[in-house]
Amino acid sequence: MSGKPILHYFNGRGRMECIRWLLAAAGVEFEEKFIEKPEDLDKLKNDGSLMFQQVPMVEIDGMKLVQTRAILNYIATKYNLYGKDIKERALIDMYSEGVADLGEMIMLFPLSPPAEKDAKLTLIREKTTNRYLPAFENVLKSHGQDYLVGNKLSRADIHLVELLYDVEELDPSLLANFPLLKALKARVSNLPTVKKFLQPGSQRKPPTDEKKIEEARKVFKF
Amino acid sequence: MSGKPILHYFNGRGRMECIRWLLAAAGVEFEEKFMEKPEDLDKLRNDGSLMFQQVPMVEIDGMKLVQTRAILNYVATKYNLYGKDMKERALIDMYSEGVVDLGEMILLLPLCPPDQKDAKITQIKESTTNRYLPAFEKVLKSHGQDYLVGNKLSKADIHLVELLYYVEELDPSLLANFPLLKGLKTRVSNLPAVKKFLQPGSQRKPPMDEKGLEEAKRIFRIK
Repeated sequence: MSGKPILHYFNGRGRMECIRWLLAAAGVEFEEKFIEKPEDLDKLKNDGSLMFQQVPMVEIDGMKLVQTRAILNYIATKYNLYGKDIKERALIDMYSEGVADLGEMIMLFPLSPPAEKDAKLTLIREKTTNRYLPAFENVLKSHGQDYLVGNKLSRADIHLVELLYDVEELDPSLLANFPLLKALKARVSNLPTVKKFLQPGSQRKPPTDEKKIEEARKVFKF
Repeated sequence: MSGKPILHYFNGRGRMECIRWLLAAAGVEFEEKFMEKPEDLDKLRNDGSLMFQQVPMVEIDGMKLVQTRAILNYVATKYNLYGKDMKERALIDMYSEGVVDLGEMILLLPLCPPDQKDAKITQIKESTTNRYLPAFEKVLKSHGQDYLVGNKLSKADIHLVELLYYVEELDPSLLANFPLLKGLKTRVSNLPAVKKFLQPGSQRKPPMDEKGLEEAKRIFRIK
């Protein structure tokens, strides 16, 4: 047993990518076991390894944790990325959940029926520029510090920067009017562990293309 | 200023009900300001009170917190309903998130188009009896203790029991084969703070009916 966390998922971003980002940013080495066919998922289910018969699942510190937020909360606490007290945690949670709301829309976008795609994309763009990015830009503006909470790197910064990369992939012009967010993105990207994760050959997964969606549909049977 | 948390939402369950349950179970008195028309929501937005222009929002300890999980996590930590250490928190989170997944399906059911409703209800019942309830029954069976985590009441028990009430509202027979869950439901319901919350006249909200749905759609400008 290596002692490293083991991530069980298919070989794509999906709901595991934020976990990969957080572990990587925390400087934690991890292993991945990829689910490549439906039988791999069945095996995990039959083993009793998945509390709700779903992945992501992360083996860590003797536990088989499922549910993305349970996994993220544990890692953030363990590696001191969750603020210094209850009030900082509240802010970190509030910001992280806002990131998750927009991130969910972006993640599910490739799965929307073709007839709905244009409308969905317009909605995502609108929410990005009118709701979410302004909210986070305002936070940074309000205190002028380098990080969102407590003048210290937290999971909120990592989740947000990951989101900013996803937004940039969708349409780089969406970041145009948010100078503090662009600076945060640059600052976090230059942290040694994040810089390493952003380089080719890391465990970061590429954007989800049609082929990847078909693979996911087959593995997860949807 | 009363010092009590103030909950901003419409007068219905929605995404605020789990927060009401948790505060009530923790024995915390709270006030509610109900949004009754779209203009009430606009006012909160224009005040800058809503970080993402959405409710639930809870004024507590000098903060205007939004995002259900942020609020729940704060309340749970403050009132010692979040376990004694990191590993207990991980289990509590895992269980709570499972409850949320099923709870979300039930919550959104009234918004389902009429022609899809039967299929959705079937799916919910199937998930309930084959995935979620067995998972929680198994946890209780595995340690034989009165509560899900650490032999002590936590947010996980409160969220689960709230869910069991909704499952029962949907179809009481769904709970039939889960004796330990029924035991937990009874036990938690008999805690003085919960018992009080379950009585008529409390701040617990009734199931959503057609009228409530129309009101919610109007306030939140949902078509």
